[in-house]
Amino acid sequence: MTGLKGIVLAASLAITGLGAGSGLAATPAPAASPAAAAPAAAAAAPIDPMLVRDGAPELAPTVGIGQPGPHNEITIQPQVTANGRYAEWFHDWILFPLIVAISIFVLILLAWVVIRYRKAANPVPSKTSHHVGLEVAWTLVPVLILVAIALPSIGLLQAQFKPAPANAVTLKAIGNQWYWSYQYPDNGGFEITSNMLKDKNDPNFAKGDRARVDADGPRLLATDNRVVLPVGVPIRLITTSNDVIHSWAIPAFWIKLDAVPGRLNETSFTIEKEGLYFGVCSELCGARHGYMPITVQAVSPAVFAQWVKAKGGTMPAPKSASQPAPALVETGDPQAVANAMGPVDNAAEEAAPTTNQGATANPGASITGK
Amino acid sequence: MTDTALSGHAFEAHDHEHHHHDADHKPGFFARWFMSTNHKDIGTLYLIFAIFAGIIGGAISGVMRAELAHPGIQYLTVLAEYLPGDKNFDHALHLWNVLITAHGLIMVFFMVMPAMIGGFGNWFVPIMIGAPDMAFPRMNNISFWLLIPSFTLLLLSPFFGGAGTGWTVYAPLSTYGEPGPSVDMAILSLHLAGASSILGAINFITTIFNMRAPGMTLHKMPLFVWSVLVTAFLLLLSLPVLAAAITMLLTDRNFGTTFFDPAGGGDPILYQHLFWFFGHPEVYIMILPGFGIVSQILSTFSKKPIFGYLGMAYAMVAIGVVGFVVWAHHMFTTGLSVNTKMYFTAATMVIAVPTGIKIFSWIATMWGGSLSFKTPMVWAIGFIFMFTVGGVTGVVLANGGIDDYMQDSYYVVAHFHYVLSLGAVFSLFAGFTYWFPKMSGRMLSELLGQIHFWIFFAGVNMLFFPMHFLGLQNMQRRVPDYADNLEYWNHFATIGYMIMAGSMIVFFVNVIYSLFAGKKAGDNPWGEGATTLEWTLSSPPPYHQFETLPVIDGGDHH
Repeated sequence: MTGLKGIVLAASLAITGLGAGSGLAATPAPAASPAAAAPAAAAAAPIDPMLVRDGAPELAPTVGIGQPGPHNEITIQPQVTANGRYAEWFHDWILFPLIVAISIFVLILLAWVVIRYRKAANPVPSKTSHHVGLEVAWTLVPVLILVAIALPSIGLLQAQFKPAPANAVTLKAIGNQWYWSYQYPDNGGFEITSNMLKDKNDPNFAKGDRARVDADGPRLLATDNRVVLPVGVPIRLITTSNDVIHSWAIPAFWIKLDAVPGRLNETSFTIEKEGLYFGVCSELCGARHGYMPITVQAVSPAVFAQWVKAKGGTMPAPKSASQPAPALVETGDPQAVANAMGPVDNAAEEAAPTTNQGATANPGASITGK
Repeated sequence: MTDTALSGHAFEAHDHEHHHHDADHKPGFFARWFMSTNHKDIGTLYLIFAIFAGIIGGAISGVMRAELAHPGIQYLTVLAEYLPGDKNFDHALHLWNVLITAHGLIMVFFMVMPAMIGGFGNWFVPIMIGAPDMAFPRMNNISFWLLIPSFTLLLLSPFFGGAGTGWTVYAPLSTYGEPGPSVDMAILSLHLAGASSILGAINFITTIFNMRAPGMTLHKMPLFVWSVLVTAFLLLLSLPVLAAAITMLLTDRNFGTTFFDPAGGGDPILYQHLFWFFGHPEVYIMILPGFGIVSQILSTFSKKPIFGYLGMAYAMVAIGVVGFVVWAHHMFTTGLSVNTKMYFTAATMVIAVPTGIKIFSWIATMWGGSLSFKTPMVWAIGFIFMFTVGGVTGVVLANGGIDDYMQDSYYVVAHFHYVLSLGAVFSLFAGFTYWFPKMSGRMLSELLGQIHFWIFFAGVNMLFFPMHFLGLQNMQRRVPDYADNLEYWNHFATIGYMIMAGSMIVFFVNVIYSLFAGKKAGDNPWGEGATTLEWTLSSPPPYHQFETLPVIDGGDHH
């Protein structure tokens, strides 16, 4: 938890840094949390968190955030998007109390009739079989309750359908049997492939694969290549599929969108907190349906830009001032080149060569891109 | 209308004294059970079939719960060894999908529907309306016997690779995603089961409209008959759409058409629309007869007529009608437009209104009554509460915005098992224990019945309630393995399954014991509250009843 807070702190500073176009160098490394300190935008040694040579991601998951909680947790996962918080409120404070109240009401009525009108207590049954007032009441009252639910529900749907603004980062998630590949069309269109990490003791663990460690995330949820997204920036999610229907879902974002072959589905969200968020394919897609997880690492826009560049992508230059981007490029570039061999986990995939080439070719493209 | 009913005499080959069933002339064993045209015999066949299918479907869920008791894959690899195919890990995982598919299809098409409509419907709809038999006895026979090849095809498919598509058979997983003959076998199985149900539906509609006894107006029909009537209409209107959809699947798979393949201009989402246009009415097909059964039982054991009879009947009609225009709430994450989602959210919520009317009318039926808590009654009361719990989570899931979290999670699994496994199945047990004396002539053991109920009640609640938690923690459906943090409630649910399974032993002991050594049942073992026509006949009823049609007076018979 302290590690995460450290990162959030660093991130918030980094965001201001980017916006003002002034020094990332001024950002102090949060020394209190050594585990998280290194990847944060410490200017002296700007190591990209996702490109560490040994392949072990620096940002470890937090128990109870972005993944199922400790063993007997029974509530909705903590939400880190505005729509998610609204929906969680709608569920936790309107729907849930309401359905509990209705269930208890019915239970009390049943208990009452069972006790009061049992044969011993009421040997002679009444013959009442109509009561217009009652019947009208139990028709109208539910109607009113449903209208009361429908209003926030429609509001939630409206909010969920707000299209992403022009400056949104586009993430295209493509379902495959049985892994996800991702493209960043607004960032030079580079592609990453995300496979589940197997445990070393998994019977199907192949020699040469990278084994899952706890820092990667829980079993069945950790992936070799995390999707990296910036916090505080609207994300435009586009899903599609190369084979059968899959469904891209991150519960902590309140996002679930089917990936349908021959079709592009779109939604948008803005992540509010840095961290690691896990999801699973949520539409039956064949044998290894349960083995194609989704891992999103939400980072500061500055780190995101670094990561994009390291992957061979480009950052669209801000409309007003193009200063921050070159600054990032200059500091980030040597390190990125040095780390170009970094994504070893990706070596088996086609995306890897792109990463290497892109990293060197990047600075020019990044500056002249706009 | 009643003139037509009189022609029921034409079906009667014999004119003996028929209130003493031993005097009935029955055909020989083979002719009676394999060429049967008698609605009661066919109903019995349906019930035996449903129990058999239920044991298989329940055993499959036992395998599933065993696998899910702990994280990791424990049993699938072992089981996969016994089936033809590659002996690799993917084959074991595919076996999981075969199991969930088989469990769903068996429980829907070969357990609940045959028991509710084929079993109790066949047995008691003609009797309750004072008819000697169904309108088309031979068609009734083919309705049942179509199920045998249908079920056989489904049971054989795992030996040809296995259909791992889920009971929804979504394209393109079911087209280019699953080669081999097994999905074709499953599709053909659904075709046959669908044809069987359509024929049955035609039979029920004709019977109910044309063969009611003199004086048995529509508004005097027992609610169980109403429920079967509405169900029959749902079947008749929805199953052809399923037949069309799966026929297109078949041609996509085998004849190069591209109805659901985007590569040829088709649309996978079209399949989902077609499937759920059938699939949503289907869930009401499974529960409406249960509503009818519960209504009869509550009235009987409260010694009171049904409260708000007309409201109850037309609430079922309303559920049937609205049930046809809510199908896309199963598809909230497929990329529907915002207006579509708003409409389907609102329309789905509307169903809560007639459902609420039914719940409150049932309680009002008991209110002021003189309740005796025989086994059927405790099942019926249990049904009301469990169906309420399943219903309110349905209101949660009706919200399209909420489904961006809930869709395809265990919350959905919990919801539909509360309405089906605790709703429909409770009503099946209620009906079975209620009518067993009438069907067999012997009473079930009250003690064993109560033991069965209470253990079953505890077991299924332990089994399915934690699934709400798993869903809120976002465990997805249809996976054999899960993140280690989800173990606690999964393990808990598996214990619930074992308790439930233990109670079924009590049930079967009760049935077998009572069939051979149960107390003889009189014509009306339930007393003055049981006012429908089946209780005016002997137990079991004569081979042909109502050769002289009963005349219904002005009194209530519902």
